[in-house]
Amino acid sequence: MGWDPIAILVVPFAVGVACWWAPVNLGKALTLASGVLTFVLAVLLVPARITTALSGWLRVDALSVVFLVAAAFLYAATAVFAIGYVHPSGDPSSAARYSRRFFAGLNLFAWAMAMATVVNGIALLWVAIEVTTVVSALLVAIDDTDGATEAAWKYVLIASMGLGVALLATVVMYYAGSTVFGNSYELFYPKLLSGAAHFPPEVVRLAFVLAVLGYGTKMGLVPVHTWLPDAHSEAPTPVSAMMSGALLAVSFYAILRFYQVTAGAIGPAFPREVLLGFGVASVGLAALYLASQRDLKRLFAYSSVEHMGVLAIGMSFSAPIAVVGVLLHVLAHAAAKSTAFFGAGSVARRFGSTDVSLIRGGVGALPVSGPMLVLAVLGLSAMPPFGIFRSEFLIVSGALTDPHEAVAAVLVVGVTLAMLGLSWFTSRTMLSRTAESTPRGEPSAWIVASMAIGLGALTILGVHPPGQLSDLLTRAASELGARR
Amino acid sequence: MAAVVLAPSSFSDGTEAIALVVLLTEFAMMRASLSRSQVRLYSFQSLAVSALAVFVAATQHVGDLYVLAGLSFVLKVVVVPRIVLRLLRDSRVDLATSHRLGVATMVLLAIVVAAFGFFVVGGLPVHSPSLPAPALGLAGAVILVSFLLVILRSDVVSQAVGFFSLENGVSLASLVLAAGLPLIVEVAFLFDLLVAVVVFGVLIRVHHGRSQTLSTDALDRLRG
Repeated sequence: MGWDPIAILVVPFAVGVACWWAPVNLGKALTLASGVLTFVLAVLLVPARITTALSGWLRVDALSVVFLVAAAFLYAATAVFAIGYVHPSGDPSSAARYSRRFFAGLNLFAWAMAMATVVNGIALLWVAIEVTTVVSALLVAIDDTDGATEAAWKYVLIASMGLGVALLATVVMYYAGSTVFGNSYELFYPKLLSGAAHFPPEVVRLAFVLAVLGYGTKMGLVPVHTWLPDAHSEAPTPVSAMMSGALLAVSFYAILRFYQVTAGAIGPAFPREVLLGFGVASVGLAALYLASQRDLKRLFAYSSVEHMGVLAIGMSFSAPIAVVGVLLHVLAHAAAKSTAFFGAGSVARRFGSTDVSLIRGGVGALPVSGPMLVLAVLGLSAMPPFGIFRSEFLIVSGALTDPHEAVAAVLVVGVTLAMLGLSWFTSRTMLSRTAESTPRGEPSAWIVASMAIGLGALTILGVHPPGQLSDLLTRAASELGARR
Repeated sequence: MAAVVLAPSSFSDGTEAIALVVLLTEFAMMRASLSRSQVRLYSFQSLAVSALAVFVAATQHVGDLYVLAGLSFVLKVVVVPRIVLRLLRDSRVDLATSHRLGVATMVLLAIVVAAFGFFVVGGLPVHSPSLPAPALGLAGAVILVSFLLVILRSDVVSQAVGFFSLENGVSLASLVLAAGLPLIVEVAFLFDLLVAVVVFGVLIRVHHGRSQTLSTDALDRLRG
């Protein structure tokens, strides 16, 4: 199986480079093929125990596979969506240039995220996440409007500063390891974990806090989330979907890698407290911000901050069931949030805007994607039978067995407030009367297909997750130290 | 105590001296009034960091660090400043940097922040016989002042240079803390910096093309 992670690194990169030169339609076809292939390759890794390749530089364990599957799913679904969504206006030659650049960037973005999950060691992980920043910053700026330029500048500056702190965390963790392994060694995960018990506790603590602050900037944890709503609302919608569903999760993955080492060195109590603080701040503030948004994509961006907070809070519970819930939440959030953004893209194509005050009667104007957007929002609000209901249920029941009733109460209140904000705006825009002047019908069958894929996955995760997937989540949770 | 038993070695003396130069350059960047001089100061700061790499390589006998010093010299002293200076020449506007506070206030704030960083990081329980604790404190001060540079300056060049000098501060910390970091990892870090510089350059160009200015004052549309 050693070829599998290598293929995951080669295929999207090669397609991304090819899209730069290939005719637009060939580029679209290649992107779709690469997305589906990468997803299949990721799913093939689900039953495997541990896969290594390239003399140990690539290493895929259950934890990596969870995030790899989320990123690859987003890649495939977004490829379907982007084919229907990207219709640049203007003269044919500049439109073709825009499309070529866009699809090249989209593939490279997916490649960088996949790379982050399959490389071995916290140093290469940092490199991969920095690559995701530079590629996605260019994608945010690609529309060349005032808003896009501003959002891209804020994003690249704030995220790069954050990653500077994350690099410092990596260096400090290296120092912690050098007290055991001597001056020169490779920062591979198994190596770090094997010696973690003898690392100096104070140094590991420092490294973990720096890592949460640094990668938390990219993950969108309050108070270092400030770039996130701007970038998500101004980026082209396919990019927003991939950022929200996969990029934030990949940054969370980086935090979890530091969590593993920290828990091995000083026990899980300290990292849990740190994550709890950031998580409560994120859920609380995002729930309040959700009530005052005027733009559909900004609304979903704040919903991402809220869900990242849920992940952080979930990791602060010691019950294994909560950790399984967190990992399921990563997958379910990827499916739900991408569907919501795809729906926002459909709305933007029909109404020419995502401004809440300009959209009326979405369900009437968009007979298929409108109702699916409403369902996706219900899914995001943790309504059964969707996946987020199951994952948040697991997290809360973990909190109650822990027992952390107070935190569980805060979590439930925050999630409920967020649901109020989300459903208020969705009902105003989607479920109101459709004006006679509004044209009816779907802008693109591809958009409908992408939403059906996302909603289907979300329902499967909620109703009956496949046995192999549940097994994977349990294994990944035990890699994070959660044991029954 | 420990310091008495181990007489201050030339290693820690040299490291501390170079780290101090890096910090002073950071202060100079803070008060530089021209974007061009800011970029040249960055170039000088990178030179100091590269020199430290050579120094650590020679005293600690880490051969890999010579390669790293060479690469870091080429990239951070020559290539990156050239890219930014060329951007500045092409844009031909407001070469003077802008800031939100007076120069004196900024430098005072920077002193406070640097002192905070120096004592907090220097006071960390990070001990080893070869590790000069003051140099680590200086690296912490550089990192904090670079944050201040990004926050208090309101033009895109200063903010970009602030990020690059943050990276210099982290390099400083890594030379002090983790001299043995595998070469391939260090090279990957440097390569990433180069890619980031190109992206910063592209975005500065886009920003200038849209607003005919390098100031960030126009970037206030997105709120809430």
